[in-house]
Parts: sequence; structure tokens; C-alpha cells
Amino acid sequence: MKLAYWMYAGPAHIGTLRVASSFQNVHAIMHAPLGDDYFNVMRSMLERERDFTPVTASIVDRHVLARGSQEKVVENIIRKDKEERPDLILLTPTCTSSILQEDLQNFVNRAAIEAESDVILADVNHYRVNELQAADRTLEQVVKYYLQKANKQGTLDLKKSNHPSANIIGIFTLGFHNQHDCREIRRFLQDLGIEINEIIPEGCSVNNLKNLPRAWFNLVPYREVGLMTAKYLEKEFQMPYITNTPMGIVDTATCIRAIQNLVSTPENPINFEPYIDKQTRFVSQAAWFSRSIDCQNLTGKKAIVFGDGTHAAYMTKILAREMGIRVACAGTYCKHDAHWFKEEVQEYCDEILITDNHTEVGDMIARIEPAAIFGTQMERHIGKRLDIPCGVISAPVHIQNFPLGYRPFLGYEGANQIADLVYNSFTLGMEDHLLEIFGGHDTKEVITKSLSTDSDLTWNQEGLNELNKIPGFVRGKIKRNTEKFARENSITEITVEVMYAAKEAINS
Amino acid sequence: MLDKISDTLTFECETGNYHTFCPISCVAWLYQKIEDSFFLVVGTKTCGYFLQNALGVMIFAEPRYAMAELEEGDISAQLNDYQELKRLCIQIKKDRNPSVIVWIGTCTTEIIKMDLEGMAPKLETEIGIPIVVARANGLDYAFTQGEDTVLAAIVHRCPDYKVSQKKSFKKEKKDTSLFSFLQLNINKTKNTIQNSQTQSHPPLVLFGSLPSTVSSQLNLELTKQQIEVSGWLPTQRYADLPCLGEDVYVCGVNPFLSRTATTLMRRRKCKLISAPFPIGPDGTRAWIEKICNVFNIKPEGLKERENKVWNGLKEYLDLVRGKSVFFMGDNLLEISLARFLIRCGMIVYEIGIPYMDKRYQAAELNLLQKTCQAMNVPLPRIVEKPDNYNQIQRIRELKPDLAITGMAHANPLEARGISTKWSVEFTFAQIHGFSNARDILELVTRPLRRNQSLHELGWDNLVKLNYNK
Repeated sequence: MKLAYWMYAGPAHIGTLRVASSFQNVHAIMHAPLGDDYFNVMRSMLERERDFTPVTASIVDRHVLARGSQEKVVENIIRKDKEERPDLILLTPTCTSSILQEDLQNFVNRAAIEAESDVILADVNHYRVNELQAADRTLEQVVKYYLQKANKQGTLDLKKSNHPSANIIGIFTLGFHNQHDCREIRRFLQDLGIEINEIIPEGCSVNNLKNLPRAWFNLVPYREVGLMTAKYLEKEFQMPYITNTPMGIVDTATCIRAIQNLVSTPENPINFEPYIDKQTRFVSQAAWFSRSIDCQNLTGKKAIVFGDGTHAAYMTKILAREMGIRVACAGTYCKHDAHWFKEEVQEYCDEILITDNHTEVGDMIARIEPAAIFGTQMERHIGKRLDIPCGVISAPVHIQNFPLGYRPFLGYEGANQIADLVYNSFTLGMEDHLLEIFGGHDTKEVITKSLSTDSDLTWNQEGLNELNKIPGFVRGKIKRNTEKFARENSITEITVEVMYAAKEAINS
Repeated sequence: MLDKISDTLTFECETGNYHTFCPISCVAWLYQKIEDSFFLVVGTKTCGYFLQNALGVMIFAEPRYAMAELEEGDISAQLNDYQELKRLCIQIKKDRNPSVIVWIGTCTTEIIKMDLEGMAPKLETEIGIPIVVARANGLDYAFTQGEDTVLAAIVHRCPDYKVSQKKSFKKEKKDTSLFSFLQLNINKTKNTIQNSQTQSHPPLVLFGSLPSTVSSQLNLELTKQQIEVSGWLPTQRYADLPCLGEDVYVCGVNPFLSRTATTLMRRRKCKLISAPFPIGPDGTRAWIEKICNVFNIKPEGLKERENKVWNGLKEYLDLVRGKSVFFMGDNLLEISLARFLIRCGMIVYEIGIPYMDKRYQAAELNLLQKTCQAMNVPLPRIVEKPDNYNQIQRIRELKPDLAITGMAHANPLEARGISTKWSVEFTFAQIHGFSNARDILELVTRPLRRNQSLHELGWDNLVKLNYNK
């Protein structure tokens, strides 16, 4: 058992449902007790969906416990088949049904005989995988099912398209800025003269999956979801795939070069360099912005990055490499992909934190006291409590992270958006100086308690007043240094003298 | 549909495929109500994810609840449940030092048959903190019924009421210092409104968790009728639970508390006053009248009070009169709300409700029937365990002016031109008593007012036709 208040990644079935409800005309039936269909609320509220979420529950109640749920599940599948005429019904197990250990596959087989739609059982273990892993797995499962089906029916289209083309794999519902990213990727692929073959799963019909092998290559923008599918397609159809996320100016260029290598042939050499150069220097504003004098003030400022693997890793690289900001700690909650994450960021940050425990993240932030945080909604709240600004760069997110306006994180427009986000998260340059010179303008009371440590020290009134004069953005650090000094010297009450003594001790 | 006026209530029962909140959501309001409690939900990631998302910002405010998240080792019994719970509860004691820990049993603990009730007393003596077990799981209950399971469990922890206590209770008012060791009673006097003329009736305990302002409003209404409330279940602090016993009368303030009512009657021998619920001015008046009636007190000034409230609501009533409502059903407040809205002049097509206890809600159902007759409208159909899919077909057919529904359906219905109000808001808003009738109508009319202002734009239907299913 684990004492938990908050989690970064949801349970497995959420991942499965996200993939299922992203496809067109696919219906998911959860084998779950009353109240577990909370996914519908999230999709309807966060994505502000106009359509009914194609997810229903086959309710597990007392009667089901006594009699088994076979009849009910089969009935519900057949009923949904008649009501909605979906192409595919995906039976989704939940934590409850995985303990019941009923033979769900058998129910699926029985229902498939009567139903006109295809029926499959999502193959995810609730206790072993999280939301993201389950989504990855489900996407692969659905793709595999339809390619094998097409193969059997002889409808598989293996002929490559005439022009270079790509599949974009891993855009789906409730993903962090996924819709905007997708539009941005389409845009630059179009600029490069590359056709989009299929985008899966968002908005894709399962009947189109048989066209997947027509593409020249697969692009997997996020590591968390889509990689398994890309690997499967590589193994079965020798389709190459690109996992370089086009996030930030440098990595967008890397991604485009990878595409160039795949579509360029000796007979028909293709050179994307002029495009990269034009976009980098003149179309996108991000490269110019990091060079402009305004951005000088960000030099060496300390930041902390935490989020899913993809966003945290690329954000770390952008901050360190493209903006000259010091990343004191980069971390991810994608523990299953820790190895890749460490490889990616180790050159760009002081330390690496791999955890899915939000209190560890909170303590790390309190200890380091960065000038800004780039994290999830949880870090935003930690930042609020510690008075540190935070830019949200990764799921889990709230409704405000599903903006109506165009806000990609990928591609050249994404680089602009990130530059804005970073710049606005730090205290503005001139304001920063003025604060330092005039001793700050915030009249908030000084909080002498931090998140992590239960302090046994007391500050006397004069000391507090003095602490209040210190500008907000360095106050935490001075406070911490003073307390450290006091503790080392067994001082229990902190006065102005102690503060100065501490300052001298550190400077010497 | 409207031409058939039947004069008996009919109950239908559908498939039970409907959307509602999991009953563990009750921790959200109960931990705030019982200030010295800690709620430990023994369940899986699924439960945790629900709480985290359903409670939104509350989660960041260092809540006094947490998940005991079951891992694979717990499910396969490789780990010892007792040892594991002990470890977590000791940690909770250390970090928060609560006066009571409430274990919320979930679907998983039911299925793996974890003996929470058996373990609690043992652990309670070992760590010295009371442990109350409530099985608020989705296998058996819906949404607000979670509170019912918790309160029913707490009933067993209330001290015994003895007739002699009444005397000491009175004396102690005169000389508190002498009886200062009676911690329990002193705290109780703080909770109740003191009135020199009261106590000509047996003790009355009200049950149901309400925000403290609302419960003091109800206390005050009763005091005006010379009725003193000797306690509430639950109380602000666990240590102040009211005394219960054979001579104590109890009355519910919420329609979903049937288990608590049963437990009070059967296990503590309390006498239940079956009344309509104090929701809406009509309900509040009927509720007070019924209590007065049981105590042989002639209610005074109630009619005037009710009329005054109705007069104050005039602007809202003009908005809702003649409009139709469809309750999809998810929180068991539906019957009382429908009754109030019918009295406001609305037409209710359907009352969906997760579970209908006809005995506990008898007085409320009776009032509903009378209200329909008085307003000369047909009795609505009451659908237990509704089927959301079928309901949406009916909503399409009936085109109600307002659908009261969960958040899963609200946006899709709005996109199809049906005004909706999220039912969850009624659970969290202050809707009890005379003074809060305005709040109910504020909620009910909000979509009507908003859509009135947007109506001229002509964008009522916002779905593409080929997607329109």
C-alpha cells in the first residue's frame, strides 16, 4: 500500500479510452462499477467536446459479483452495436475487472459472433502499466488488428505513395496541446512537400488503417504514445520512423534533417537546409529572441523542469541550449522510460530526478529555489505556495491548458510560443533591476516556513523586517542560507545580526 | 405526453447504465465538515484519479484525505493488509494527528474481501485513534449515498443518551464550571442556540452534513417554533457527536440518508420523524410543520414566512414559469428539487433517480403528489436506475427547456441546443432552508438567462449534421 494524494499519470484504462475515443466511430465499453466512467466528464469538460464521448460502462454491481458478468457484457456489446453501429467496439478492463479475473476474451468472442462491428479486448494490465503505457499498447493493438485483418482479406495496400508521405502517430484526445501540435506538424511537412498519409488515432477511421504502409515513413512526435506502433510497422513493413520531437529550434532542425535522410534518394536528392535556415533565422522569432538583449537577463537564471519524458527532456534542452538558462534539475514521472530521459538531458542540467511522487518534486523545488519552474499543474501549485512563477509544459493539466487559440509546442511556431512562455515566467528584466535597487515593492508578509523542512528556528521581528526588504525572487535563498548558518552555529533565534553574519560567512 | 394526467405516482426502473459520481466523492465535503477527521480511501489508482480530477483545486490545499493505494502485492495477498494499514495510519497520526480516521472501503476492497470492519477495532486500540469504516463503493451506491454510508457508520460512535442526562444538561448551563469535566455537553451547548423557554419536548437530533451556516439557519428556524436542536450528525468536531437513544427523535435534512435513518431507528432505537426535506420554501415549511406536529407544537408564522420568501423570488419565478425540466438523475436530490420546481410553476417531464427509498422519502413523495395536484400538472414519471442512452432519446423527443444532468452529458446536450444545468452543483451549493431557495433558482435559471442573452445570435445548434447522433 502506498499513501498517495496525487498522481501524475492516470490508471491504465484512461489511456485505452483516450486512444479509443480518438478514433472515429469506435466505441469503448468499460467493464467497471458505477462511477468509473469519469473519463466522459474529463473529455467533455477539458476538451469541451460537443459530441457524446463514445464510452459506456457495463456496470459491475452486486448481481454481477454473484452471477458473473458474461451475459451483461455480451448484451451491452450487442446493444451498443445496434444503437451506434460503430466500426469497432473495444472492451476495456478496469482495476475492478482485473481482480475479478473473468474470461473477458471469451465474452468478446461470443459477442463478436452476433455483432456487426469488430470487437476486441484491450490488452492492458491495470497493475503493471499506467495511462501512457496503456495508450501506447492499445494503439499498437488496434493498428495490428486492422493490418492483420486487411492482410487476410487481401486488401492491404503495400504500394508506396508516389510522392514522399508520412504517418503521424500518437496525436490523441486529452493530450497536451496535441491538436495544435498536429496542425503545426502538418504545416511544416506541407512546406517540405511531404504528404500526410494518415494521422492516428485522432479523427482516423479504423477502416483507413490498412493504408498505413503506403507512407514512406512514420513520425512519432511524442515518445510516450506511438512508439510501439512505429516499431511494429518497422518490423512488419520495414517502415522507418522518426522519434526526434520537433520541439525547439535546434530539434526541429534535427527532425527535418532526419526526414531529409529518409526521403532523399541518389536519383532525387533533396536538400532541406535552405528551408531550415530561412525558418530559423527569419520566419521564427525564437532564434532572434534568444539573441536579443532582452534575453540577456535570463542568462544563468536557475530553472527547474518536470513533466512527461518528451516535454521535460526537450524543454530542458531548449532552456539550456537555446536560451542560456541554467537548468538546476530536470525530471520526469515517466519512470518506465528513465534511461532514455537521462541520456537526453544529462549534458544540460545539474541533476536529474526520476519520480512519480509529487512531494519529492515539491521538496526538490523548495531546496533549489529556482527563479522559475516549468512543469505540470502540480508544479504550478507548488510554485504558488513558494512564490515561484511556473510555466506549464506537460500533462497532467487543467482546463486552462486546453486553450482555444493556436498554441503549438512543436515546430517553428511552437518555438515562438515556448519563448513567450519562458520569458513571461521570469520576472521581467528591468523590473528585476529596479526591485533589487529599491528593495522590492511587494508588501506581502514573509513566510518563514518552507515546503520541505519543519524549521525549529524563529525569526525575531527585526529579522523578519529585514528579510522583507529583500526582493522576493532572492528572498527564499537568503532565508535558507541564513537558517543554514544559524543551524550550523546552533543559533535558535534569527536577528538582523545573524543575517549579516550569515551573509559574511557565505561571501568569505 | 402532457394530456395524460395520472394521479398516482408511477415508478419505472431501467438498466442502471447511467453516469454519476463514485460515492467516495463524499470525502470531499465530509473532510471539510468534520474538521478533525482524516479520510483514508482504501482503493486503487482509479479511485485516486477520480478524486484528483473531480475535486480539482481542493487537492492542492493539503486536504485531510489520502488514498491508501493498493498495489499488486496487496491484491494477491502477498502483503499483510493489517500491517500495511497500520503503517499508513501511524504515518497519518504522526503527520496530522486527527481525532478520527475514516476508512472508505471501495470496490476493490469489496471484491478481495478485505476485512476492514474486522481490522479497525484492533488497530484502533493499538494506535489510540478511533477508526470508522464506511463502505462507500460503486458496486452498491451512487454519489451522495457515500455520505449515507459514512454517517450510518458514525451513528454507532455516538454516546448513549440517558434520561438523567437531560437534567444535568440543564443544570450545567447554570454552572458550567462545576460540570466542566463533561466535555461533551459543554461543546454541545455551544452548538445549539440557547433559549430559555425550550426543552418542553424530547431531544431532537438532525442528521445530514450541511455547511455550518446552513445548519445554524435551520436551527434558528426551529428555535422560532420553540424547538431546540440538541445535536447534529455529523458535528464540526468528531468529539462532539450528539447523544442518541430511545428517547431521542431524529429527522433527516437530505433525501439520500436512508441507511443512516434505518441505523438510527434499528440500532439506536431513535424515533424517526418522516418529513419532506427542507429544500425550497415549501419543503422547509413542511419540514418544520412536521417536526412541530410530532412535538405537539402549533407552528407560528410559518405561512407568512413562506409567502414572504416566495414574494422575494418573483423575478426568478417569472423566468421559470411554464418551462419544462428533465432530471437525468445522479444525486438523489431529484424528488425534492422537482417538487420545488413544480411549485415554482415548471413542468417536470421525468425524474431520473439512482435509488428510490419509498419509505424514507414517503413524506416527500406525498408532498410531490400534492404539489402536482395544487399546480394542476401531470405527475412526472420517476425513473429509478435510469439508462442514460434511453434518456437522451427521450430528451431529444421532448425538447425540455432545461435538462439537469451530469457533466458527461452537459456539453454535448448544449451543442444540440438543449439548455443544461450540472446536477453536481446542487450537491455543493447551499440549498436548504428558507433563505437558500434563491440559490436553487439562481442555479436553475442560470442557463436560461445565459441562453436568453445568446439566443438572438442564432447559434443554438453547434454540431455538424453527420456527427449528430
